[in-house]
This record gives sequence, C-alpha cells and structure tokens, in this order.
Amino acid sequence: MTTATRSSALVPTEEQELLRRSVREFASARFDIAQLRAYRDGEASVEAPLCYSRAHWREMAELGWTGILFPEEYGGLGLGHAELGVVLEELGRRLLPQPLLSTVLLAGSAILRGGSEAQKQAVLPGICAGELVLALAFQEQGRFAPWQVAMRATRVADGYRLAGEKRFVLDGHDADQLLVLARTAGKPGARDGLTLFLLDPQTPGVECVRTSLLDVRNAARIRFADVKVSMSQVVGAVDRAALILDPVFDGAAAGLSAELVGVLSEAFERTLAYLKIRRQFGALIGSFQALKHRAADMFCERELAVSMTLAALRALDAGRADAPALASAAKARTSDVANLIGREAIQMFGGIGMTDEEEIGFFMKRARAAETTLGDGAYHRDRFATLNGF
Amino acid sequence: MNNKTALDNFRTDIARWLEECYPAVLRPLDVESGMQPEAVVPETIRNAERRWHRLRAEQGWLAPTWPREYGGAGLDRDQARVLAQELRRVGVRPPPISAGLSLLGPVLLQRGTPEQKLRHLPGIARDEVMWCQGYSEPGAGSDLASLTTRAVPDGDHFVVDGHKLWTSHADKAHWMFCLVRTDPEAPQHEGISFLLIDMKSPGISVAPIRLISGPSAFCQTFFDQVRVPKENLLGQLGEGWTIAKQLLQYERQALGSIGRGDLGRAQTLPELAKQELGSEGVRIADPVLRAQVAQCELDSLALRLTMNRSADEAGAGRGGDHIASMLKLYGSALTNRRHELMMTLLGADGLGWEGPGFSDAALRITRQWLRAKGNAIEGGTNEIQRNVIAKRILGLPE
Ligand SMILES: Cc1cc2nc3c(=O)[nH]c(=O)nc-3n(C[C@H](O)[C@H](O)[C@H](O)COP(=O)(O)OP(=O)(O)OC[C@H]3O[C@@H](n4cnc5c(N)ncnc54)[C@H](O)[C@@H]3O)c2cc1C
Repeated sequence: MTTATRSSALVPTEEQELLRRSVREFASARFDIAQLRAYRDGEASVEAPLCYSRAHWREMAELGWTGILFPEEYGGLGLGHAELGVVLEELGRRLLPQPLLSTVLLAGSAILRGGSEAQKQAVLPGICAGELVLALAFQEQGRFAPWQVAMRATRVADGYRLAGEKRFVLDGHDADQLLVLARTAGKPGARDGLTLFLLDPQTPGVECVRTSLLDVRNAARIRFADVKVSMSQVVGAVDRAALILDPVFDGAAAGLSAELVGVLSEAFERTLAYLKIRRQFGALIGSFQALKHRAADMFCERELAVSMTLAALRALDAGRADAPALASAAKARTSDVANLIGREAIQMFGGIGMTDEEEIGFFMKRARAAETTLGDGAYHRDRFATLNGF
Repeated sequence: MNNKTALDNFRTDIARWLEECYPAVLRPLDVESGMQPEAVVPETIRNAERRWHRLRAEQGWLAPTWPREYGGAGLDRDQARVLAQELRRVGVRPPPISAGLSLLGPVLLQRGTPEQKLRHLPGIARDEVMWCQGYSEPGAGSDLASLTTRAVPDGDHFVVDGHKLWTSHADKAHWMFCLVRTDPEAPQHEGISFLLIDMKSPGISVAPIRLISGPSAFCQTFFDQVRVPKENLLGQLGEGWTIAKQLLQYERQALGSIGRGDLGRAQTLPELAKQELGSEGVRIADPVLRAQVAQCELDSLALRLTMNRSADEAGAGRGGDHIASMLKLYGSALTNRRHELMMTLLGADGLGWEGPGFSDAALRITRQWLRAKGNAIEGGTNEIQRNVIAKRILGLPE
C-alpha cells in the first residue's frame, strides 16, 4: 500500500476494523488474565520463564501480524503503523504479552532502517515467520534517556570489543539476537558517537539475567565483558546510530500508545461496569455524583487520547514532518491517562481493587510499566515542546 | 478520482480568489509579508476586518453548507472542508460564535417551515440580523425545564409574560429565540414551546448587566403582554424542549471549539511565554512554566484532533452523539486553564484594569481571563455536562 492511497481520516478503515475483530477473537480465545498470574507465579503448566508464548508468536506470524511493518520481499505485509496499532491496542485490552514491541517496533525496525541487505535477510524473514525474537539493548538507567549510553565499543584489529551493562532490555533474556547500542565516540548524553551491533546472545562474554517486572513482563539485565564482534556485525554507520533510532523510537512510542489505549479503555470499561453492579447505601454506586463526574472526566481524557494516537499513527505512515511531535504527544497523553484511569479504577473498586484476585490491578501495573517505557509524560512533553520550537 | 480533481480545482479557485480579495493587512504577520506589526494602525485593521467580513458574508461563506437561497454557499461537506482549510491557511478567523449563525441557524434549517427559513436564514447568513437566546430565567438555570415565562394563545397570537436572565446581546439583537411555557398542566418537559420573537415588539424591555469582566453584552429581558404571531412558533406546540436540546448541542460544540487554541492572529501561548520569561536558545527560560505551556499546547492539539475525528466520524456515518458535551466540558476547562496560565505569565502586568501603564494585549488577556470563567457556565455548566455524559454516554444509573 502506498502512502498516497492511505486515508488520513481519523477513523479506522473497513480493513482495520476486520483486523481488529480477528485480533480480538484471537486474544480472547488464546489468553486470559489468569494466565498472567500463572506466568508470574511460575506455575509449571505454562512456559513460565518466558512470560509469553512462543506458540502464540508463531500463530500471530501465520496471521501476518508480526510482519505488518515489513516489506513483502522479507515475508511481511508491507502495511503501516495504523494496522500494527490495531493489533497492539487489542492485545493491550487483554494484557496479552507478546514481543511485538521488542522484536518488531524496536530491533526489527532498526534493522530495516539501518541494516545491510545481508543483515535484513538474516532477521526480517525470521521475524515475519515467527521464528525469531529480537531485543534492543540500549537503556542503562532508570529514566528513559536514549543517548545516555556509557557502554563502550572499542575498535580492535578486526572489529570491536563491547564492555558495559544494559538494563531493562525488553524480552532480552529470551531473544535469539541482540541489537546493542554502544558508544564508539564521545561522552554519555551525546547523540553522536553511538553505534549499533547485532549479535548472538550466546557470544562469549555476554551474561544475561532475567528480571521480573511488576506487569509480569520481563526485561533483562545484560552484562558485556569484553565481547568481541566483527565489522560485519555493525548495523548502519559507525557513530550515527541516533539517526536510525530517532524514527524507530517514534514508531515504538506511537505503537506503545496504541497498546496503552487498549489498556486504559479496558480498565475504564471494567470500572464503569463495576459502578453499575456494586450497591451501597441501597443504591448502585454509579448513581453517586462524585463518581459519575470522575467517570465523565475519564471518558473525555480517553477520547482525546484515542484521537491523538490515531493521528500519530497516521502521520508516521504518511511520513509527515510533524510525526515525531505527534508521536511524543500521543505517548505523553496515553501515559498520563492510563495512569489516571489506573488510579481511579482501584479507588472506585474499593477494597476488592486491592486484591490480587480482582483483575483490575493488572491494568494499573501494565499502565505504569508502559508509561515508563520509552519515556513518560514528562519526557515526551519536554520533547514535544522542543520539537515545536519552545 | 473525478471527484478529487473537481475538489482540487475548487481549492485552486478559492486560493486564487483569496489571493485577490483577502486584505493584506489581515494576513499573518510573517517574514514573507515583511510587515512590521507597529506599522499597522489599529483603525486600518478594523476597517479591513469589517470590509472582509461583508465580503465573506456576500460569498455565503459564513454558512458555507447552507443552500444558496438561504444565503449560504451551497457547498457539500468536502468542499466546506477545503474552504475552511484555505481560509485557515491565509489566517482567516472563523466567524465569531453568534446566536443566529452558530445556534439557531442549523436548527431552523432542519425544523423551520419554508416560510420561516426564507424569512430568517438569509439575514443570519449575511450577518445582518442579530439574534439572542432567551432560555435562562432567575429560577431556571441548570434546571432549565422549570422555566415559567408563559405564552397564552389569543387568536392568531401568543401573549408572552415573564422574565429572562443572562440574555447576551438582548440590547442590540433584532430577534430572540425563546423558550416559553404553553401548557402549564402538561408534564414539565412537554409544556414548553419554541418561539421566535421580534425584539421591537411592544412590551419588551431590556436592562444590561455588568459582569466581572466589565461592561458586557449581558442583559435581562422582561416581557409584559408581548404579542407574538403564531406563525413564529418553531416546530409543534409542546415540542420546545426537544428543539432546545438540539440547539444546545450546537451551542456546546461552538463553545468547545474555543479551547482549540489556534484561532485568531493573537500571540500564541509559547510566544507570550518567551516574551514574558525570556528564552534560552529557542526554549522558554523557566522550566516549570515551560512544562505548563507544553501541557496546555498538547491538550489543545488533542482537542483539535478530537474535533477532526468527530467530523471524520460524522462523514463516515458513525457520529457519536452527545460528543458536544464532551467538547464543551473539555474545551471550556482548557480555555480556563490556558487563561490562568497567561495570567501567571504576565505577573503584575496582568493586574491592569484600564488606561495607561499596561499594554492593550495585557489588558485584553485580563478581561479574557475573567470572561473565560463564563465558558464553563454558559450553555449548561460543566457539572451539567458531566451529568449528561454520565447518563447519556456512559449509561450510569440515576
Ligand atoms: C457568559 C454567559 C453567557 C450566557 N448567555 C446566555 C444567553 O445568551 N441566553 C441564556 O438563556 N442564558 C445564558 N446564560 C445562562 C447560562 O445558561 C446559565 O448561567 C447556566 O445554565 C447556569 O444556570 P445558573 O446560572 O442559574 O446556575 P445554577 O443552575 O444556579 O448553578 C449553580 C451551581 O450549581 C451547580 N449545579 C446545578 N445543578 C447541578 C446538578 N444537577 N448537579 C451538579 N451541580 C449542579 C452548577 O454547575 C453551578 O456550579 C449565560 C451565562 C453566562 C455565564
């Protein structure tokens, strides 16, 4: 599909609605939140150390969803962020964990944008076929600051030696390939002097520890102790990785916004449903104006988050100049609104909302994790301001 | 494809026409025009604005989608969108919200008899006849349906007695659309009718009300045995509440659009912030206030996109109803936030009331800050909008 024929209207196309229906069917047939609890508690019946199912990953690939963003020559569908956004939103509604963000939006997109033909051939068809999971190892500190990279890549005779530590590497403990961001020049914080390397996690010197997050996803801590890589493992131009990663982070922020729209919409609807069944003082609690008005405010916030996200996804697909600002706007807004609704949901459920048995808490936790990932509201408001010249 | 070419041609025609006819002094003050803001006398601008307003009205562009016979331009939805884009491109402000154009017009178009439409619409579309809204009364504000202004049939007339409050522009308006009780015995919502009343009718008196923002268009209106011809009843007898609610949707949509934050040629919020706080490079110098400016700008963008989305949804035949309440609630709250922030940016410069010592721009912001409070009250208070959303959209129990 060419950009020229794509609709810029802020309503889903018929094809996107069909896609939404099939993702919804898939998600509800394959997954429920009880499974998330089982992943967390390490029950033997599921692929516990993984926290997602490789079988589902392959099924999603068969349906074409892991290849939505990739050109047909690599086995993909050659569609856009708008379509991938539909998938992410529906998975978000169900809190279904799958390595779409790590593999497709981060590592895969970076290789599509910056990789050599050989590198693309080596990973993209595997992603589209559901055989490969990739991870992008870039973050070193708690707050998202993509160029705060201290990890060094030192030039040696026939390649580089990598030394340093990466944290919060999404799906890093299970990735078949790692795409690693390291400093070839300059100081931490500088955009220039960063380079990407593609490597096998089994390479000697790579030590990967799985860390469990509160949303039952995982993000590894990976140590690199003088890991040797060859020149053919460099992805894109040396020192210029930021140019590859700028649009990759935009796409990923917009995709994560779409997931957040799913998360916050489901949390909102569950809360609304609870307001209509819980009785106190001889009345349904949804009849109390104090709660009604907060529900109305949440509704407005939700609608604005939806519009912003749709606009960002469409701007990316059209390659518009304002796409980066819109991606930041969408991530800021969905992060804030997901948090708001998460908080309000727990409060409106009362004591039951505090229990692990009631599922609403899982939504708040995922909201918090997704908010923090790739920059929270404060980060993206700052970037939005910068991009708009103030 | 054909349609697309036709639309492109339409766009070119509009652009060419604007190039010729839109006064240069009204264009955005950009580098290209090479114009110095202080070089332009306010009087010149005001005259140009008046001339342009007439010209636009003659083109039918105040009501682009209305049929030509009623003073519109007879455009379809796509053409109207193109027109709006082209006007915005050269910096034309949308016409100010007015009771005739924004509120009554759309309702009259749908519900008026052919005679009523021919009589009233062209005057509205050309902005020659001014209307005011007679809904609220001293005892009927949020609880509008409790209104008591009576209209009693007498031959081919109604005789109206009562007291309307907050009737903006009643002192200048030629006509009023008015909610009256025609059946005191009927259930509250069913005994109300919708009348069009000539403000020159004997028995009407108007007294202005001063607002916190200073002298204003605010009035109260008294009716003493006012005779209104029966042909001025809009819709059926007792149908007034239904019509009133429909009109309120248009009012709420219009009020919500104030929150867009991109209307008019005035300084943008970031520009004001840089002027008042200074800048480091292009950044607003104060990081805390900069974050607040960013939040405001971001929320305005979200509101604009939501308006676009609701128009797109309507175009695709899936219009969400009662979206107007959401736009009004969010838009007016945002307008208030924006003005609070502008006052903060101005500091003591925002405390001026009139006269020398303060810039016109600062004095204007101060008055607008005060007037903006009203946006959260008029057209149904924001608490009422939340009630409407909770009931009609969210289906929460009574
Ligand atoms: C600038 C401006 C222009 C106006 N122009 C016009 C005009 O041209 N024509 C016209 O007819 N009217 C006009 N109005 C009147 C406006 O519609 C009313 O002021 C409004 O409907 C509120 O009514 P009220 O002022 O009587 O307040 P009240 O109804 O007395 O409300 C007082 C407070 O109580 C709250 N409240 C009331 N009921 C509820 C409830 N059920 N739940 C929760 N809270 C509630 C309100 O939200 C408000 O905060 C205008 C008002 C303003 C401010």
